[in-house]
Amino acid sequence: MKTKLSVQNVYKIFGKHPKKAMSLLERGKSKDDIFSSIGQTVGVNDASFDIYEGEIFVIMGLSGSGKSTMVRMLNRLIEPTKGKIFLDDVDIAQLNDEELRQIRLHKISMVFQSFALMPHLSVRDNVAFGLDLAGEVSETERIERANAALDRVGLLANGDSLPKELSGGMQQRVGLARALCINPDVLLMDEAFSALDPLIRTEMQDELLRLQAEDKRTIVFISHDLDEAVRIGDRIAIMQDGDVVQVGTPDEIINQPANDYVRSFFRGVDVSTILTAKDVARRKQQTLIKKTSDTGLSTSLQLLKDNDRDFGYVVDASNHYIGVVSIDSLKQAQSKQQSLEHALLKQPHAIDADTPLGDLISDVAQAPCSPAVINDQGKFLGIISKTILLEALDRQTGDPL
Amino acid sequence: MSQDNAWGAQQETDASYLADKSQVTEPSFDWTEPFTVDGGIIPLDDLVDATINAVVPVLRPIFQVIAEPIAWILNGIEALLLWIPAPFIIVALALLALKFSTRAIAIGSFVGLLSIGLIGAWDAAMTTLSLVITSLFFCIIIGLPMGIWLSRSDKAVSIVRPILDAMQTTPAFVYLIPIVMVFSPGKVAGVIVTIIFAVPPVIRLTNLGIRQVPADLIEAAKAFGTSPRQLLFKVQLPLALPTIMAGVNQTLMLGLSMVVIASMIAVPGLGLMVLQGIGRNDIGIATVGGLGIVILAIILDRITQHIGSKQHK
Ligand SMILES: Nc1ncnc2c1ncn2[C@@H]1O[C@H](COP(=O)(O)OP(=O)(O)O)[C@@H](O)[C@H]1O
Ligand SMILES: [Mg+2]
Repeated sequence: MKTKLSVQNVYKIFGKHPKKAMSLLERGKSKDDIFSSIGQTVGVNDASFDIYEGEIFVIMGLSGSGKSTMVRMLNRLIEPTKGKIFLDDVDIAQLNDEELRQIRLHKISMVFQSFALMPHLSVRDNVAFGLDLAGEVSETERIERANAALDRVGLLANGDSLPKELSGGMQQRVGLARALCINPDVLLMDEAFSALDPLIRTEMQDELLRLQAEDKRTIVFISHDLDEAVRIGDRIAIMQDGDVVQVGTPDEIINQPANDYVRSFFRGVDVSTILTAKDVARRKQQTLIKKTSDTGLSTSLQLLKDNDRDFGYVVDASNHYIGVVSIDSLKQAQSKQQSLEHALLKQPHAIDADTPLGDLISDVAQAPCSPAVINDQGKFLGIISKTILLEALDRQTGDPL
Repeated sequence: MSQDNAWGAQQETDASYLADKSQVTEPSFDWTEPFTVDGGIIPLDDLVDATINAVVPVLRPIFQVIAEPIAWILNGIEALLLWIPAPFIIVALALLALKFSTRAIAIGSFVGLLSIGLIGAWDAAMTTLSLVITSLFFCIIIGLPMGIWLSRSDKAVSIVRPILDAMQTTPAFVYLIPIVMVFSPGKVAGVIVTIIFAVPPVIRLTNLGIRQVPADLIEAAKAFGTSPRQLLFKVQLPLALPTIMAGVNQTLMLGLSMVVIASMIAVPGLGLMVLQGIGRNDIGIATVGGLGIVILAIILDRITQHIGSKQHK
């Protein structure tokens, strides 16, 4: 995967004596020490991570952990105290004012938690704001492109309104259209949906995913909400008190949290929407019957008896799932002199790997045996037993700390 | 005559006092009333007199250069206002009021201007109006950039604020004399005095208006790549406009309130009617002038007030 943005050992010290604070940091002093001794705040401490082209990279952390500071250093609304920030091959931290302005005009745009729309401009002029500043296209083209951006977020009809005439959700769509209108490589979104109420928020997340499916931009999304992070993030970075403590896919973060701080995010999180069938499917503790040309009913029956199982899962040579058989069904087929195919049970159906746990509870509960989980190529990934499902769902109410 | 005697008497005693050596060794300094020394212990008034007398001849040519454009604009506006037939001006101002404010105010301004004409104060009112407009013009020319500068520097604010305070609290009579000395009495001096008195609100409210622009809007504008100039003209000034217009409104009102005082340095117009009325004990002419000022003030106040608030509706 191509790296779009590379953050390398970036620091931000707030205060009048960043150099002093840096030297104290290098000598291993803690952030609290530095604040109590010389009154400097370490906003971001030695952050390093790569953001890949076309991914939604979520930076998550509690309030005050340095997320806003981090994302603002990417377009230098906040000057990094030290470190390198590469956009493609250009170190953003080294740019002069004019070069930086060009990057902001063309390559990186931003969506804000407070919407930050210009109250004196119409919705359309707000969306055209970036193009207007660059002053490179004619007025007709500017209006055309602004209308196109408005159309993408479903607000073409509202171009002549003033921002304050729109609801919060609509205002943020305008914010999104304004950012998209310059067709940026990188979109920065600082808690863009946090000010919206939950229903609208989910709607906006879907909208973002839909837009992202169309143009595969690199998006850096700040959130303090794990649900949101897992829902939209391809990868997640977790910030704790100025440090980046973990970077990984949602699965990795959930299944191998780096520390208790990361784990603490799961509290109150609805696991049934985050975890999917593949996350909890188990490969062991079941009997697989490889179906080859000479796999007969008796060998299968023997296999189940040897393993003391009532059910067996039949796959082909390349692990494609075929179905499930039971001792009873095998015996019945044997008595009728039929082949293995005839022993396959009608229930349960295999479960798709990406099904959220919440959607498969009743399937698993009502099935006579544990259903199999298959991926989009039909390959067998494992099974989900009632016990496994209960354990997984229990994580949200259990005490992870 | 009696005054001359008084002075003479004093000088005599002074001389005899100097001659009498026994009295020199025993000065009559009473520490319970230490500040009764004639002319003050520190002779500030003499110092100021001396300074002004020395400085005025040097500065006069410079001030003449300043006076030039003021006189030019002032005379131009006055000639224009007096040349345009009164009915046109009445209708134009009423239409202006209709565009920028309410129908009621438009009607009010029509009736008001009509009454100014009917009471025979039209020409004086136009002279006063030209004076006020000229002052306002220069107040904006000076005040807007000053306010912008102040909005960018806390240090500038700490230096300029006391000066603005002084400009607004010092009674106009104090600087009336020096101004007349360098500019000579007349309309230009009147404009200068009015500017000094009326410019602070534009400066203050421009500064305030720009500083009040929400930080997140500034941040968003920067994130989209504004240059400092674009930030000022596309975001800060438009958003500060209602506040700036409130300053313009105040400046206009202060300018009108200076009209009577300005007439003391030979500025013609409604103010002079009032002053003459007072001087000649002619309550009639004073009333006409006073009424003219009030009507003008109300009309200008209402119109400018609404220009500011209409922007954000
Ligand atoms: N301009 C500033 N001056 C001083 N401290 C700041 C400034 N901005 C942020 N901070 C501090 O830096 C830390 C990180 O803040 P921020 O990046 O806003 O966190 P988050 O967005 O994760 O809530 C906080 O401790 C905050 O108080
Ligand atoms: Mg924040």
